[in-house]
Amino acid sequence: MNWIDERKKLIGFLAIFLFIYFLPVDVNRFNDAINGAFKLLKWYANEHVILCLIPSFFIAGVITVFVSQTAVIKYFGVSARKWLAYLVASISGTVLAVCSCTILPMFSGIYKRGAGIGPAITFLYSGPAINILSIMLTARIIGFEMGIARVIGAIIFSVVIGLIMASIFPERNKKNKVKQFNNPEMETSHDIWQTALHLLILIFILVLVNWRKPLVDHGLWHLLYTARWLVTAFCGLLLALSLIFILKIRQIHVVIVVLAVLFTALLFPQFPLVSFIVAVIGISIILSMSSGDPQEWISETWGFAKQILPLLAAGVLLAGFLLGIPDERGGIIPAEWIYTKVGGNTLIANIFASVVGAFMYFATLTEIPILQGLMNNGMGKGPALALLLAGPAISLPNMLVIRGVIGNRKTIVFVLLVIMMATMSGWIYGSIF
Amino acid sequence: MIIKILGVGCPKCKNLEKLMLTIRDRYNLKYEIQKVTDLDDIMEYGILMTPGLVINEEVKSAGKIPKEKEILKWLGVE
Repeated sequence: MNWIDERKKLIGFLAIFLFIYFLPVDVNRFNDAINGAFKLLKWYANEHVILCLIPSFFIAGVITVFVSQTAVIKYFGVSARKWLAYLVASISGTVLAVCSCTILPMFSGIYKRGAGIGPAITFLYSGPAINILSIMLTARIIGFEMGIARVIGAIIFSVVIGLIMASIFPERNKKNKVKQFNNPEMETSHDIWQTALHLLILIFILVLVNWRKPLVDHGLWHLLYTARWLVTAFCGLLLALSLIFILKIRQIHVVIVVLAVLFTALLFPQFPLVSFIVAVIGISIILSMSSGDPQEWISETWGFAKQILPLLAAGVLLAGFLLGIPDERGGIIPAEWIYTKVGGNTLIANIFASVVGAFMYFATLTEIPILQGLMNNGMGKGPALALLLAGPAISLPNMLVIRGVIGNRKTIVFVLLVIMMATMSGWIYGSIF
Repeated sequence: MIIKILGVGCPKCKNLEKLMLTIRDRYNLKYEIQKVTDLDDIMEYGILMTPGLVINEEVKSAGKIPKEKEILKWLGVE
């Protein structure tokens, strides 16, 4: 018997055995937490997947396929104007950073070959916070004003931190940066205005179907709320035209889908969701049957879904287990404990939230269910924003990679700046709202 | 012929590698596929978006998985 070769399996078996042996299934608190995890997952599935996540995946797919990334990249070059480089770096995350794995290579590239440390840091900080999926999900789940605060906070502070970094660490020699970016021009068959129009229609649909019931029963917003499905249907028609004339999908295919949606709408007028699902399935089918860019659109969309849904589901389960569900609490972590650490809007609470956020690793979008759980347990709005601003931008694993690129001193200064800025903005936000 | 795939290990980089392996087997080509995963080495090629595809030290594409038709053209297969 050679235990050396079998050690991995032995240790694995032992670990699983000990885990099950001590599994506290007869403890109520534990059972409640397990229950809460699945309730929360179900709530996400009921409330957020069809109307929010699926359209967002489609939009992210459109952005990857149709928006020319080369056009954006040229603003990061050595010869690019500085202010333009900062501006583009602070907002281009919406277009470039839909996949978190592209952020670090780009960061490294901008630093070593391009516009330098300032814009590189700006990009690194704002990227993860302002892609379409995080904006939508933050606004929908945590609240509209938090979504906006996150976008504005990320953009402003990314530029501020970038500028501070560039002034602390001025760059001496540019000699080793002679090599320019090497981005082969990809053929783009679409005019930028056409792409923008197509994207705009999709964003309208996404925003409309997620329109919340306003607090007052009258006024324009309420009118829009009551008529939202009608307006969505109208946008759906625009989308059909866009599919025919911009994406050049065969007319007959689009007409069949439109008729199918119309038919479902007449059959189930009280369930607009059914028509919406028919439309999503119909579009997916005709995109898959086409060739070229439209086909690529659906495969990118599916790629995002594959990449993000499992992580998000795991994050939701974990958040439900640790922090319980809205209005019921009952997570494994006591609510009082959270309240004493990050309740209210004290400076200490904001600092604590920033530091924890800076070191903790959040997989794509999982910061949202976790933050929601924390807020249900009494976390203040200020510390919540602080966590959102410090959280996804840096984590212990990516600090190590950043350190490899820019060295110890710059990394430490960067992390300190992020913590300070997140604390400050959380504190200010918490005292206003 | 030497094919290099630049990427730190994102899903797209893995898919590009798979695609290159499939093409090699299907058209009976003889090329070596090297994976470049070190960020510094990737930057040597001056690309910003991964995955990057390098054929004989020439960057052919960056930031996306090229269409099969394009790859075949670069490889000189019709």
